Amino acid sequence: MSLSVDIRHQFPGLDLNVAFEAPTGVTALFGPSGCGKSTTVNAIAGLMRPDSGRIVLDGRALYDSDRRIDLPPQARRIGCVFQDARLFPHMTVAANLRYPARFRKGAARDFDRIVEMLALGPLLNRRPSTLSGGERQRTAIGRALLSDPQLLIMDEPLAALDDARKEEIMPWLERLRDEVQLPILYVSHSVAEVLRLATTVVLMQKGRVAHSGPLTQILADPELAPQLGAREAGALITGTVEAREADGMVRVATSAGPLLLADLDAQPGQMLRLRILAHEIILSREAPVGLSALNVLPATVTAVSDGLVQLKLGDQKALAQVTPRSVEVLGLTPGTPCFAVIKSVAMARS
Amino acid sequence: MSLPFLDWLGPQEWQAIRLSVQVSLVATILSLPLAIAVAWLLARRNFPGHGLVSGLVHLPLILPPVVTGYLLLITFGTKGPVGRLLEPFGIIFAFRWTGAALAAAIMSFPLTVRAIRLGFEAVDPKLEQAAATLGAPRIWIFLTVTLPLIFPAILAGATLGFAKAMGEFGATITFVSNIPGKTQTLPSAIYALLEQPGGEGPAMRLVLVSIVVALSAVIGSEYLARRMAARR
Repeated sequence: MSLSVDIRHQFPGLDLNVAFEAPTGVTALFGPSGCGKSTTVNAIAGLMRPDSGRIVLDGRALYDSDRRIDLPPQARRIGCVFQDARLFPHMTVAANLRYPARFRKGAARDFDRIVEMLALGPLLNRRPSTLSGGERQRTAIGRALLSDPQLLIMDEPLAALDDARKEEIMPWLERLRDEVQLPILYVSHSVAEVLRLATTVVLMQKGRVAHSGPLTQILADPELAPQLGAREAGALITGTVEAREADGMVRVATSAGPLLLADLDAQPGQMLRLRILAHEIILSREAPVGLSALNVLPATVTAVSDGLVQLKLGDQKALAQVTPRSVEVLGLTPGTPCFAVIKSVAMARS
Repeated sequence: MSLPFLDWLGPQEWQAIRLSVQVSLVATILSLPLAIAVAWLLARRNFPGHGLVSGLVHLPLILPPVVTGYLLLITFGTKGPVGRLLEPFGIIFAFRWTGAALAAAIMSFPLTVRAIRLGFEAVDPKLEQAAATLGAPRIWIFLTVTLPLIFPAILAGATLGFAKAMGEFGATITFVSNIPGKTQTLPSAIYALLEQPGGEGPAMRLVLVSIVVALSAVIGSEYLARRMAARR
């Protein structure tokens, strides 16, 4: 299953020209407000007709200006979760969830499973106006899934929620990503959401795609990482929990070597998504001795740009924030072997 | 007629009330689907002649009622172009209660359309879009999302239309005259009584009835609309 988009649209204030592919998994459409993210997903959902281009979902043309194809939203099989939930106010939660059943019979038998997955059981007889923001979004997600979609679009689903509600809904989204075999297009301007959920990132700027690719690749790219925000540059490394040591530290195996983490509630065998921020890495030409830092991994410099040094750590890429003076003093050029002293490691997901 | 309440009004007055209610109910109920359609067209569609349709709908509000009544007479009268066509089918408007209903429907139409149009404009089209992404055909979206959401506006429009129909006088008396038992509605009866010596007493009683009917229609629809809103 995959989505392929290549559209152009002009209206006052924005000249949209975007092309990208979204494979299975979560593809984050990321960029500042007004860069054309919502216009793009509305075009994909069939709620707005672009001037020209092509939108193909799993080999099926949804829109093709050359072939004069423009399927109405009803025929596109795209589930949408909007920022404002858009639940029908005159219906109960149950009636909202059953609304698509008449037209999309395929998903009707999943009713119980989806109600259970999103813990909607206690809400079924309530009306949308009596729900909290998080409950509303969970209902909207359930309703979209029950429309038997081939693609799920989530347009800033958390933007209207406060931090506590965001934390409440995030685990459901992670579960969705891991349990539902659907491409998910996730529109967001929040770096935290993208880091936690996305597998693929499409960076948008002023109506154009600045870059698109796997999240791990973008995070470790010294040119692109600053677009996510300077503080967020770094690496996303996956590892497997090996064992809990006698002093409580947890040993995690990664392709670059073992990492020791404190305060981690994880079981052996569990896969983890770990974040190492660029300003948490110190570089050393020699193997350092007498340091309080526990995690020192051998690395190779692969690129240097503007205060950021890209490293190869095992089979993964990472970024280190280093001043231009240090780059010069240490002689950090592509190919230089060095040691990465990692001050701290954060979890990107539980 | 042993109840003192019934004796309060004479048989001719009761007849006028009964006829007025009948004329207004028929006018309101039969014109409502058309009013909903026209309100939808004006609120949601942009087409050439939009302004003309809007103007025509509002015309009875601005024209002197006697002009509307006269236009109805020369169009729907037995010699009129439309009246002549309908007569073989047994549909006769001139000097019948059906004519009073037609006049009432036309005179109340702008008010009904206006109220319902405001309802359509208040519905968030994003809800209808959401329904479309869930696979619902447009007619189904209209019936299950749009109509229930504008129900209070339809209720308000119908009530307003009913009250206006109950009070319609100028067009009605011009089109179907003032025949007791056939076309004499409540306002026509009041008018006739005021022309007679000693008719002020019964006229005043009919005036009170008019006030009570109009007030209860408005209060009743407000109550229903509020109950609908509370269910949200």
